[in-house]
Amino acid sequence: MVSEGGNFCEKSKRNFGKIPPRPSVEVVWTWLADVPDPEIPVVSVVDMGIVRAVDWDDDTLKVTVTPTYSGCPATSVIAMDIETALRDRGIANVALKTQIAPPWTTDWLSDAAHDKLRAYGIAPPSPAGGPTACPHCGSANVSRVSQFGSTPCKAQWRCESCLEPFDFFKCI
Amino acid sequence: MSGNTNASLFEFLLRQGDNTLVLGQRLSEWCGHGPVLEEDIALANIALDLVGQTQLWLALACEVEGTGRSADDLAMLRDVWDFRNLLLVEQPNRDFGMTILRQFLFDQWHLLQLHALAESSEDRVAAIATKAEREVRYHVERSSEAVIALGDGTEESHGRMQGALDRLTPYIGEMFEADAVDAALVRDGVAPEPARLKPAYDSAVAAVLSEATLSMPSVPVAQTGGRSGKRHTEHLGHMLTQMQWLQRAYPGAEW
Ligand SMILES: [Zn+2]
Repeated sequence: MVSEGGNFCEKSKRNFGKIPPRPSVEVVWTWLADVPDPEIPVVSVVDMGIVRAVDWDDDTLKVTVTPTYSGCPATSVIAMDIETALRDRGIANVALKTQIAPPWTTDWLSDAAHDKLRAYGIAPPSPAGGPTACPHCGSANVSRVSQFGSTPCKAQWRCESCLEPFDFFKCI
Repeated sequence: MSGNTNASLFEFLLRQGDNTLVLGQRLSEWCGHGPVLEEDIALANIALDLVGQTQLWLALACEVEGTGRSADDLAMLRDVWDFRNLLLVEQPNRDFGMTILRQFLFDQWHLLQLHALAESSEDRVAAIATKAEREVRYHVERSSEAVIALGDGTEESHGRMQGALDRLTPYIGEMFEADAVDAALVRDGVAPEPARLKPAYDSAVAAVLSEATLSMPSVPVAQTGGRSGKRHTEHLGHMLTQMQWLQRAYPGAEW
């Protein structure tokens, strides 16, 4: 009993004395790359280009995020998800900053995001202003149903070959 | 910044935020009642953009005012006489044609104004305008297409669109009127002279109306008083009783 108690004291003393290492911003970026977008969960908040910066300010981790559309309801959920993910990794002080300039653009979607969107059935944004191909069958014979869709960032299109409807990620 | 300049900027930001708030609320009244699913979704999305822009404008208004009020306080705790929106945006939805035409007349002006504000000497104004302009480009495209489709559509749709235009044209003039607030903002390079936007507005609107086979009636006197706060139409008060009922019934209630 006595020796066990002694061991316990020594262990806890060791733990108290040790300052947990502050993860590098590179490591934090990899953690954030695991936080899914709440509305399109196949892409992460990093793939979406929503996370603009990660910096340490003393012992506070500052994460700068940018909203996609002004009224996108996912914005507050994204902020909460980022904060939760970082706290789960043991970061006690997280400060989220919203930045609207420069404004978010679909140009910030990563190349990986384009592939993931297509695989998920969403045509990725394209400079032409419309999808180049149906994400289901690859046909170029597509037509627009509506410039507005299920979320602020998407338009509704239809494939004239396989007749399936699909979402198109609008360029902004 | 002098107190006077701050007061003008605050007033300007209320005008910006109240336009998008009131129109966003009007559009959201359609949610679940649109003539077809795609239109219902489009109106809800545009309402969402406008309410999102409202949060940015009114949050900045609060920052400039510096008394600790929040954007929610401004939206939910003011009464009719403190709103600074254009009379156009508070006009009731009536039928779908009237809603689309009101949107078209506003969108065309909104895009031109935001485009000019993107060059504002006030960085925070320029940032919001730059962001909003990208969203509003889609609004203009859609409302213009819809005005053409309905104006140059059936006899019934044409008649309703012309009726809507006759009814709403008197509210166009207010977008280009100026007062001491505008003069202060123009002097400081914060916002453009409202009248400066008129030639581009007139030609953009005329081009769409001509394709829509609609004719702009001549209006001897513009209806004004919304942006100055002197006199709103009776419709705004009715709208606020819906929008603010929860805060009126349960003051201070939170989620
Ligand atoms: Zn297809």
